Amino acid sequence: MRTKNSILFTLISSFFLIFIVSIWKILATLQGLNIQNFNLQIIFIFGLLISFANLRIGSKIKIFYKSIIFSLIFVICDGYIIQKLPLWYNIGIFLILYFFVNKINKYSFKDLKEQHSTQVIFFDFLTLFGILFFSFVILFPFYMMLITSFKTQIALLVNPLDFSINFGQDFKDLFKSYFVIFKSYKFGQYILTSTIVSVGTVIITLIFAIPAAYAIARLNFFGKTFMSTSILIIYMFPAIVLVIPLYTIFSQLGLRNSIEGLLIVYTATTLPVAIYMLQGYFKSIPKELEEAAILDKLSWFGIITKIIIPLSIPAISSVALYVFMIAWNEFLFSLMFLDNPNSFTLSRAIQYLSGDAETPRQYLMAGSVIVTLPVLFIFVYFEKYLVSGLTAGSVKG
Amino acid sequence: MKDTLANTEKKTAYILTLPAVALVFAIILFPIFANVWISFKEVKLKDIRIPEPRAKKIIKSISEDPSKIKILYKLRNSSLLQEIRDITFQDKFPKNFEIEELDPRCDYKKNTLKCKFGNWPAKYRENFQIVFGTNDGTNIDKKVLKSTKPKLNGTSDNILLNTNFTLKNFKKVLFDNEFVDLLLTTFYYTFFGTVGSIIFGILTAQMVNQKFYGRTFMRSVLLFPYVAPVVALAYTWELLLDPNSGTLNSLLINYQVIETPINLLGQKYIDINILGFDFKLRLALTTVIMFEIWRYFPLAFLFILARLQAIPKELYEAADVDGASPFQKFFNITLPQITAVISILFMIRFIWNFNKFEDVFLLTGGASGTRTLPINVYQQGFAISDIGMGSAVSIVIVVLLLLFMFFYFKLLGKRVDEN
Repeated sequence: MRTKNSILFTLISSFFLIFIVSIWKILATLQGLNIQNFNLQIIFIFGLLISFANLRIGSKIKIFYKSIIFSLIFVICDGYIIQKLPLWYNIGIFLILYFFVNKINKYSFKDLKEQHSTQVIFFDFLTLFGILFFSFVILFPFYMMLITSFKTQIALLVNPLDFSINFGQDFKDLFKSYFVIFKSYKFGQYILTSTIVSVGTVIITLIFAIPAAYAIARLNFFGKTFMSTSILIIYMFPAIVLVIPLYTIFSQLGLRNSIEGLLIVYTATTLPVAIYMLQGYFKSIPKELEEAAILDKLSWFGIITKIIIPLSIPAISSVALYVFMIAWNEFLFSLMFLDNPNSFTLSRAIQYLSGDAETPRQYLMAGSVIVTLPVLFIFVYFEKYLVSGLTAGSVKG
Repeated sequence: MKDTLANTEKKTAYILTLPAVALVFAIILFPIFANVWISFKEVKLKDIRIPEPRAKKIIKSISEDPSKIKILYKLRNSSLLQEIRDITFQDKFPKNFEIEELDPRCDYKKNTLKCKFGNWPAKYRENFQIVFGTNDGTNIDKKVLKSTKPKLNGTSDNILLNTNFTLKNFKKVLFDNEFVDLLLTTFYYTFFGTVGSIIFGILTAQMVNQKFYGRTFMRSVLLFPYVAPVVALAYTWELLLDPNSGTLNSLLINYQVIETPINLLGQKYIDINILGFDFKLRLALTTVIMFEIWRYFPLAFLFILARLQAIPKELYEAADVDGASPFQKFFNITLPQITAVISILFMIRFIWNFNKFEDVFLLTGGASGTRTLPINVYQQGFAISDIGMGSAVSIVIVVLLLLFMFFYFKLLGKRVDEN
């Protein structure tokens, strides 16, 4: 049992080492280092040796010295003997190895005797692997988007692997793509349109949704259950099915290429989820408060504005943030309804920009950064509100 | 007394909900019925513009007499297909104007020229001319004349409102050679996208449910692809996967994994050899599905994480006492607890993926074997400009969705009965 577990443990940890070193090597390649070979076999053998030696030595040597010794051996072999690589790369490798040795130090022969130890170890390493893998896979495109927007056309074509940015250059050269898209492609105007449309949608949606949600949450009327169930069904309805009839109707009414048209459609598509989220929250407000208000002869308008709204500011703001994000990100309707560059939203403008094959990529990426930043900023800043709401209502997508 | 109170409550409720209901009805429910209507009609994109009578005003001075002027109206029917009936014309002139030659169809009173042109057939054109002079002999200022514009009115048939129906669109959609291929592509895209995002959702939720440093940060990072605008993400991926100067291909070539770049988004099939079996993989479709999974697994992650955090800790503690392995704990405790949420997620994601348009449209535009039904709606309606066909395809989508929901709830209902 002990031998089998030890072998499995050394194998798992070596594969994990291969994985983290590979990620570091990819990132180093993207900084312009000429690494053409991962030397997987060598890393694997090192991994086996280190984890086995670590088991053997156990706690005879202090963990601190042990990690430094193992890391230095690895760095010297990988970064100096096999291929001579710059110092910053080796420092990175050193830190990775230091982390790795500390990680495997948790396991000793004693642990490995236990029944499910390989499975426990497997899950431990799988979690670590998952954290690194998903961070890399998710953040990499965002990282690339940002870096590309700072590059020049020539640099992109000459070496697509070079992700390094020269921060020493002039401020104007660094942000050149941004200056260009604002000057020659009217991105300032698109930002304004997008903002007006998104904020407008938020305001109109709230004006329509708050009273409706209040009625569904509190009042008794014929068709109430039907309404609350149909909200969710309507929410599931596909936007692509609405496109053709809305296009024909809007063309005949002259609503295409207008902000009003977009506002109407966005409001209608976000209303169901807004009502659903709000009525859930309104139900949690104690009824006694309203009963007192009714005795004071407040009208429903008074109840909503003086009691319900002040009490549900968190819910209302999270709905507002959602609706803003949905409207800001929306693409399908803006593609269908807008064909005049003067009324474009940001998303539509970027798509229009990409339609021209000669548009340099760095402009496209600069545009993408501009459209992404506000959303990510809102999301990270208000994450607490948003995550609870996401599961309740879930942004359509 | 009580009765009236209930009545006022009802009234208030209707007043409060009416605006929202009316808007949703107008923009979401009405178009679905309109879709059915349009799908039985032969309507092209150019037909939906309402025909208008138009007039272009051209002012010509008469050289020998500056107090006289000739005005030419270029009249036309804007439609190439339809007739306009009972056209009326109206234009205003300065007070001192007097008419010199009057067309018999017109009438000049109180400085206003009114004409009745009758009916114009499609493509109708006419040059209509009028000569004016001033009654006090002063010279005519052209700018004043240019500032007023003629008003024209007429009635015409709206092709959308007549009652000529045809089954042509549905015949074309259903008996098209590519229809089966279209259905299969949509099914692959939807099914693998859904299953993939759920599997990744389970893995990540399980991961974040453990305690580690930077857990909240990890949770927000995992949601990034879901909240960021699709346009930005799609173009970033396109750049990443580009065969000529894309980062991924350059990396793979640099590490000598491949020799020539692979066009991941532009190649329909790729030959793959596994254990001596050759088979063809739909490459572009697979890439698009990967993007789909990448973008939508966060939703599954959130739902499953919320469920995982609600599982009572005692269950795991009891399992530990019994000496259960981590795998056993996962398959016997965690998985049964999250099946309900997974089945809901499967339905939501299946429906939404089935209708997903933007992702495929932005990545490939429906080329190289990635044409799904929603893409077909767009292509029929706007690229081929056949609104009727586009509508028919959307009706097919709705019918398929309703079928899916029917079977889904039937299956789910059965399982509930068994329990």
